[in-house]
Amino acid sequence: MKGYKKYFGKKALWFFITLVCAVILNFILPRLMPGDPVAAITARIAGGMTSATAAQQIYQEYAEKFGTNQPMIVQFFTYIKNLLRGDLGLSFTQYPRPVSDILKSSVIWTVCLQLPAILTGWIIGNVLGALAAYIRKGFDKVLLPLSLLISGLPAFGLAIILLVVFGVNLKIAPISGGYAQNLIPSFTPTFIKSVIGHYWLPFFSIVIIAIGGQAIGMRSMSIYELNSDYVKYSRFLGIKDRKIVGYVFRNAMLPQITGLALSIGTMIGGALVAEVIFNYPGLGSTILRGITGSDYPMISGSTLIITLMVLAASFIIDIVYGFIDPRVKAAQIE
Amino acid sequence: MKNTLRQITQSPKFMIGFCLILVLILTTLIYPLFSPGSPLEMIGLGTFFRPGTYVSVYDSVTTDKRYTINLTDAAEKRVASKLASEDKEVMKTWLLEFGIAEEEIDLEDTEALLDLWFNTYDESIRFDNMTTAVRKHVQRTDAKLDGLLEHQDIIVADSAADGSLVEGSLIKGNEYINVAEIANVRVLPLGTDNFGRDMLKEMISALGVSLMIGLIAGAIATFIGLALGLLSGYLGGVVDDIIMFVTNLFTVIPSFVLLILISFSIGQSDRGATTVAIVIGLTSWVWTTRSVRAQVTSLRNRDHVNLSKLSGHSLIRILVTDILPYIASYVIMAFILQICSGILAEAQLSMLGLGPKTTSVPTLGLMMFWAMAYTAHLNGAWWAYFPLVILIACISFSLNLMNTGLDQVFNPQLRD
Repeated sequence: MKGYKKYFGKKALWFFITLVCAVILNFILPRLMPGDPVAAITARIAGGMTSATAAQQIYQEYAEKFGTNQPMIVQFFTYIKNLLRGDLGLSFTQYPRPVSDILKSSVIWTVCLQLPAILTGWIIGNVLGALAAYIRKGFDKVLLPLSLLISGLPAFGLAIILLVVFGVNLKIAPISGGYAQNLIPSFTPTFIKSVIGHYWLPFFSIVIIAIGGQAIGMRSMSIYELNSDYVKYSRFLGIKDRKIVGYVFRNAMLPQITGLALSIGTMIGGALVAEVIFNYPGLGSTILRGITGSDYPMISGSTLIITLMVLAASFIIDIVYGFIDPRVKAAQIE
Repeated sequence: MKNTLRQITQSPKFMIGFCLILVLILTTLIYPLFSPGSPLEMIGLGTFFRPGTYVSVYDSVTTDKRYTINLTDAAEKRVASKLASEDKEVMKTWLLEFGIAEEEIDLEDTEALLDLWFNTYDESIRFDNMTTAVRKHVQRTDAKLDGLLEHQDIIVADSAADGSLVEGSLIKGNEYINVAEIANVRVLPLGTDNFGRDMLKEMISALGVSLMIGLIAGAIATFIGLALGLLSGYLGGVVDDIIMFVTNLFTVIPSFVLLILISFSIGQSDRGATTVAIVIGLTSWVWTTRSVRAQVTSLRNRDHVNLSKLSGHSLIRILVTDILPYIASYVIMAFILQICSGILAEAQLSMLGLGPKTTSVPTLGLMMFWAMAYTAHLNGAWWAYFPLVILIACISFSLNLMNTGLDQVFNPQLRD
C-alpha cells in the first residue's frame, strides 16, 4: 500500500499547487486588465445622477466595499480569507443576494446534468470506437465520417437542432428551463417528473457530442493496438479472438482515461454553452446572466467553481487511473 | 518531400476536406464581388424576413407594362393564400355542427370547401354550444370570403393638388407584371436577421472573419506551443521542469475559464475580432507543447543531432534544421486542429456574449448569439441559425477530415 500512498500523495500535492495557481489567476487576471472595474460599476449605477459629489460618494463606498483602495497584496489575503469562509461577495444584478447562494443552486443542476452525460457519452463512444477498429469494413466506413461530423458540430449547434426538432416542431419535449415554470423546487412527484421531462434533451445533446469525439480516439488507439506485436503473437499462439480483443480493449482504454482527464475541461466548457441554449438553470446560464449584467463577482465565482469542478474531476480520474494502470500497480507491489 | 505530397494528394479523406475548405474560402473571396456593399447594412426594417424574392410594391403598381393572363385557378389560389389554416378549422367546426359528415369536408381542396360553405352557411343559425369567440371568428371568416370572391378591381388613387384623391390606375384581377421589368427587386436567399441585414451576405462575410480568427488563433497557439515544446524537449533539465510545470498547470485549468475571465476583463468596447483571436491563441497552446515536447525528447539523442552539437551549431539551428523536419508533419496536423478549435472557441465565447463587438464585423458566433437572443429558434426563423450551424459543422468537419487524412499518410499503421 506504500506505493499507492506515495502516488496519491504526489498527485494530491500537485493538484493543491494547481488549485492555488488557479485561485491566484482568478484573482489577478481581472485586476491586470486596464480600466477600473469599480469605476465601470459606479458609472452604471450613477448613470442617472447629475451631482458629481453624489457619484463620487458612491465610488468611494464601492471602493471601500470591494477593498480596491487597498494595496494588491492586502486585497489578495482578504480575498483568500473570504474564499475560505465560502464568501464570494455579493451579486450586483441580484443585490444583496450573495454569489455563493446563487452558485449553490446552479451547481447542482450542472453537476447532475453533465456528470452522467459525459460519462455515458464516454462509455458509448469507447465501445463504438473499439467496435469500429475491430470490425473495420462497412461499420468503420460509416462510423468514422459520422463521428467526425458530430464531434465537429459545436455542442450548442446540436443543442439547437435537438431543441427545434423535438421541442418546437414535434412538441414532445419542453423548450426551456430545468423544470416547469409554475413549480417550486421540492421533492414532490410532480416536480421530479417535470425535471426528468426537461432533462433528456440537454442530456442527449451533450452525450452525442461526447460519443463522437471519444469514438475517434478509441478507434485510432485500438487500431494501433490491434497491429502491435503482442496481438500478432497471440494470434499465432491460437488464443481466441475474444480474449485478444479483451487485452486490446484494456490497453487502448488507458490512454482514453488520460484523455478524459485532459479533455474534461473542454467538454464542460462546451456543455455550459449547451445549457445556455436550453436555458437550463445551471452554471452556463448563470455566467450568461453575469456577463449581460456585468456582474463581476458572479462571473469570477462561477469560473472558480468550474475550475474546482474540473480539478476535482481530473483528480478522481487520476486516482482511478492509478488503480487500473498496471505500471502503477507494479510500483505498489515492490 | 515530393513523395509525401503525392501521398497526401492521393488520400481521399484529405482531398475532400481540403476541397471543402477551399470552396468555403473562395466563396468568402468571390461573393463580395457579385454583391458589393457592407454586410452590416440594415436593409430591412423589422426582424427575420423570410427567405425569398422581394418585389417593390410601388414599382409594381406604377409600372405601365401590364399583361393580361387568364388562369383558371387564379381566384382559388388567391383565396387559399388569404385563408389561414385556423380559418379553415373554424369553418370545419361550423359545418360539423351543422350536421355535415366529417368525410365530406376536405380542408385541402379549397374549391370544394368553398362550394360547401356557400351552400350551407347561414348567418342566422346559432349553435348553443359554440362560444362567442368561435362564433365571431366564423362571421369574420365568412365576411372575408365574400370580399375575396368578388372580382372587384382595385383603384390606385393619386392625391391631387387640393388634397382630394383622383383615380389613377385600375388594377384588374387578371393583370400581371414581369418581375424582370421591375426596377427594384431584391433576392434575399436566406432572408434577413434580427437587425434586418441580408443573412446570406452577412454569413459569408462572417465566415471569412471566423476563418481569419481561427487562422490567427491557430498560428499563435502553434507558434507558442512549438517554441515551448522544442525548448523544453531539447534542453531538458530546469527549463523543461519550468515549462512543463506551467503547461501542466494550464492543462488542468480549463482554457474556457481563462477565455471567459480575460475576455470579460478586456471589456466589450475593446474586443475586436483580432483581439479575440489573440486571446484564444494565447490560451490554447498547451496541447501542442505537450506533444511536441514528447516527440523532441525522443529525437534529441539521435546521432545527427549529437553530430550537429559537436560541430558547434547554434541552438536555433539545431532546433530548426535537425529537429523541426522530423516533427513538421505533426505540427501541421496540430495547426489544422488549432484552427478548428479556434473557430469553435470564438463561437462558444460569442454565445456567452463575450465575442467581438457587434458593430464592427460579423462572426459566425456573433450571428448565432443574436439569433438566439431574439429567439429565432422559437419563432420558426430557421434561416437565422440553421445555416450557421451547418457552416460551422462544415468547417470543422472538413478540417478534421484533412487531419485524419494526414494522420493516415504519416502513420502507416492507421491506413486501411
